[in-house]
Amino acid sequence: MNALRNWAMAAAASAAALFAGAANAVEIEYWQYFFDARVAAMEQLIENFEAANPDITVTMTHFPYADYRTKVAAAIPAGEGPDVVQLFYGWLNDYVEAELIQPLPTDAFPPSMIEEEFFPMVQAMKRGDAYMALPTAVRSLALFYNERLFDEAGIDGPPETLDELVEIAKKLTKRDAAGNITQVGITAGMNAQDHHWWREVLVRQFGGDPYMDDYRTVNYNSDAGFKALEFYLGLARDHGVTAFGFMDEPQAAFKAGRAGMHIDGSFRIGSLNKTRGLKWGVTELPAGPDGTRSNYSSYWVNGITTKATGEKYDAAVKFMAYVTSDEAMQIWLDVVGELPAKPSVGMTEANANDEVFGPFIRGLAYANTTKFANESGQRQILMDMVQRVDIEGQPLGASLDEAAVAEQALLDEYYN
Amino acid sequence: MTATDIRASSETLLTVEAPKKAANMGQVVRWLILFLGGIVMIMPIVYMLSTSLKWPHEVYNVNLWPKEPTIENYTFVLEDGRFYGWMINSTVIALITTASNLFFDSLVGYTLCKFRFPGRYIVFIAILSTLMIPTEMLVIPWYLMSQQFGWLDSYWGIMFPGLMTAFGTFLMKQFFETVPDDFIEAARIDGLNELQIWWTVAMPLVRPALAALAIFVFLGNWTAFIWPLIVTNSVEMYTLPVGLSSFGDEADVQWELIMTGAAISTIPTLVFFLVFQRFIIRGVVMAGLKG
Amino acid sequence: MGFYKNLSIRQKQIVWAWAFLALPVVFYVVIRFYPTGNAVLISFQDWNLLGDRTWAGAENYLKLWHDPVFWKVFRNTFAYLIIGTPVSLVISFVIAYHLDKLRFMHGFLRMLYFLPFMTSAVAMAWVWRWFYQPVPIGLFNNFLAAVGIPQIEFLRSTTNALPAILAPAVWAGLGFQVIIFMAGLRAIPKSYYEAARIDGVPWWTVLFEITIPLLKPTIVFIVVFSSIGFLRIFDHVFNMTTNDPGGPLNSTKPLVLMIYQSAFTDFDMGYAAAQTVVLFLILLLVSLLQLRILRDR
Repeated sequence: MNALRNWAMAAAASAAALFAGAANAVEIEYWQYFFDARVAAMEQLIENFEAANPDITVTMTHFPYADYRTKVAAAIPAGEGPDVVQLFYGWLNDYVEAELIQPLPTDAFPPSMIEEEFFPMVQAMKRGDAYMALPTAVRSLALFYNERLFDEAGIDGPPETLDELVEIAKKLTKRDAAGNITQVGITAGMNAQDHHWWREVLVRQFGGDPYMDDYRTVNYNSDAGFKALEFYLGLARDHGVTAFGFMDEPQAAFKAGRAGMHIDGSFRIGSLNKTRGLKWGVTELPAGPDGTRSNYSSYWVNGITTKATGEKYDAAVKFMAYVTSDEAMQIWLDVVGELPAKPSVGMTEANANDEVFGPFIRGLAYANTTKFANESGQRQILMDMVQRVDIEGQPLGASLDEAAVAEQALLDEYYN
Repeated sequence: MTATDIRASSETLLTVEAPKKAANMGQVVRWLILFLGGIVMIMPIVYMLSTSLKWPHEVYNVNLWPKEPTIENYTFVLEDGRFYGWMINSTVIALITTASNLFFDSLVGYTLCKFRFPGRYIVFIAILSTLMIPTEMLVIPWYLMSQQFGWLDSYWGIMFPGLMTAFGTFLMKQFFETVPDDFIEAARIDGLNELQIWWTVAMPLVRPALAALAIFVFLGNWTAFIWPLIVTNSVEMYTLPVGLSSFGDEADVQWELIMTGAAISTIPTLVFFLVFQRFIIRGVVMAGLKG
Repeated sequence: MGFYKNLSIRQKQIVWAWAFLALPVVFYVVIRFYPTGNAVLISFQDWNLLGDRTWAGAENYLKLWHDPVFWKVFRNTFAYLIIGTPVSLVISFVIAYHLDKLRFMHGFLRMLYFLPFMTSAVAMAWVWRWFYQPVPIGLFNNFLAAVGIPQIEFLRSTTNALPAILAPAVWAGLGFQVIIFMAGLRAIPKSYYEAARIDGVPWWTVLFEITIPLLKPTIVFIVVFSSIGFLRIFDHVFNMTTNDPGGPLNSTKPLVLMIYQSAFTDFDMGYAAAQTVVLFLILLLVSLLQLRILRDR
């Protein structure tokens, strides 16, 4: 296939040279994971970029999220794969250490300018004097709610606090004659975004700090962590307003109109908009018992791989500059629903007061960014923590401690 | 068990003897129970098909027949084009692999069966011993090999491990035993060379075995999952099972669409079976009993 | 050409044989034997695909020995085998035994049982996964709810999930085994039954004294064949538990899934290779053991 592709490209290039007499177009490859809206947005960006730079062609390849990391890690050392690659902020260390990506040139991307213009969390991408990668967009969490179900249950508006959340959820829950839940008040599932909610939001709202030492030491095995877990599991066990595994996936339940509320990221907006017959609203995550607000933010960055050299490198730099431009950020916001990585673009009057984007953008102000060593591994640990209690009936405290030990072991192995 | 026995039993399986005695009560009960059991067996397939014809709002009803059948799901799933590509990939890969197996497995089986040459026994034992090595043990080296030679994400990469199989070689060797040596001798005297003898004399005599092998290799490659999952990168290169798996796993996919995807990847083999039922049953018996 | 003409018939045969075998021999060496050796070699190395390969000695095997997840996976793998093989053997025998005695619409009945064998494991895993969902979407639980019985957690349970995943695997394989059994039954000479009938021997005696003993080669084949299949189960588990592969709490994870994850999620190639060596040894032992027990009884 590759040979074929190369051949086709060579053929296309020579044909172009023959007919137009133009210099050979530089072709660079861009990789990202598959998510409808992201692919659509990137197609639009590539189109704009190619229009402005007729001598550069960008081909995009995308993979399912589950395989993405594998594919990237395997392809670049083999001399295949992308010139510009999108990666999760938490993977940067791995990529830098393995020499998969190269620093951005400081003349085109001066660190002082980046520090002035981008959200401060982006500074985690700096190594030495240069930035390794930059995001187009950042994301945060918010509470989606089904307006039709709210009206039906006679609820005026979304919850402001965790207590209100529980009360409202109770009104939204429905059961059948056999006692099975057929509609949940709020979705629950650590496999989706709830692990972020628990780790960065609930633990802090109950007075704790999930990690210490720059996310190298687990600290949620505390009183606060216990209360946070008690609250989270209580939604299903004490209040009966949710069921784990309901409709297989939380967002599926919300999209099907079988869930009153749902915590998810800004990237969900696009696909919710496409769901026919779903009338939804969104609001900031509810405040904790003492009024504390917190949120989790994360971002995907683009970087230039070590594979790009010569004219491909120059083309890649131009492309990087475009995808981190204000224009690209606005397109990304409009198409994907992810928030611009520069406050100057994101915090415009129009964006911050936007009915849909507003809650996410306001959430960014008090958001925390987990520095993952291995996101899926750390998520699995929290998932198992909940399942041990929920399925196997392990006491809450014991499960919490077990999770903390497991995650600490994972962190130790990574950092040492 | 020799090949002749296998032939005998596979033939008897297909001949239906007329019932001599009148159906008694016991036979009727037996028939009814087996019939109900058979209906239960195909229920998952039936539900898959019926759900693929339902509108989303009806999906969670347990009724078997859709109230308002629709092909909307098929239009929707096929519209995005990926399924066509996956089906083409699967078909091409299964066909090429099948052809390769038919050619090489029978060539090797024939050589090991009909030639006397130094090293014959060693080659035979060596090929046979690969039956004991699970594919899973080889996927990591294959993956590294593919990475090194740039075979990742290509048809060749998906196909190369299955181009020849020890199973097929052994099966064909067993069946060439049934070809009388006299035929081959006669052909030699007629001045045919060895390649011609194999192709024009021996091969036509083992057609049923070739059919059996073809069915198994094709089906095996059509449904193969773990290796294509590992070796493919881009969505365009997926085979049907890998594509279906990622389609099902895409966030927000609905069950009626997943059932439609499952139906799309199952219907071809079901039709294939209904058309070639006799061959397939006989093939199963022949391939199954060689062991 | 002159050289070839001077060869004796026997020598010509040797030339032909090796000409025919040349490409296949290369194939088997490069695609089968070399990778086997390579897998064993990697199992003694430490390699994450990105960095250097370093010699690790028996470290990977020791890590495996001390990994609680491995032992859980080990138990699961054998649970698939120990439940799956006898269940599918008995069911398929019972079906074949009775189907063999029927003539009316015989081909149609046989088709019903055989159809699942023609399906792809991935497609059917998703179908069954849907069946198993809790209310309001799962078919099974909707049936239960319709008659007022509380729902059963099939996949979200550490006890029910493994049998629930095994069921479609058994289901899909039944048709194949039924056909093999029927062929085996037909191969038993009619005269044995005639003799038994004349002697007035009851049917169960015929079954246990004639039919089953004479079916032994068939049973050996089915047991070995299906055991290897169950020990290598992957497609069903992978597709039915994509949200938490091998979960909940690793209760359904078979060895092949652990290998896949070690190699292609964690990039711990050495560790994964060590697991494949263990899988190889298990398969070897189980097949040898079964052949021995079933052949010499």
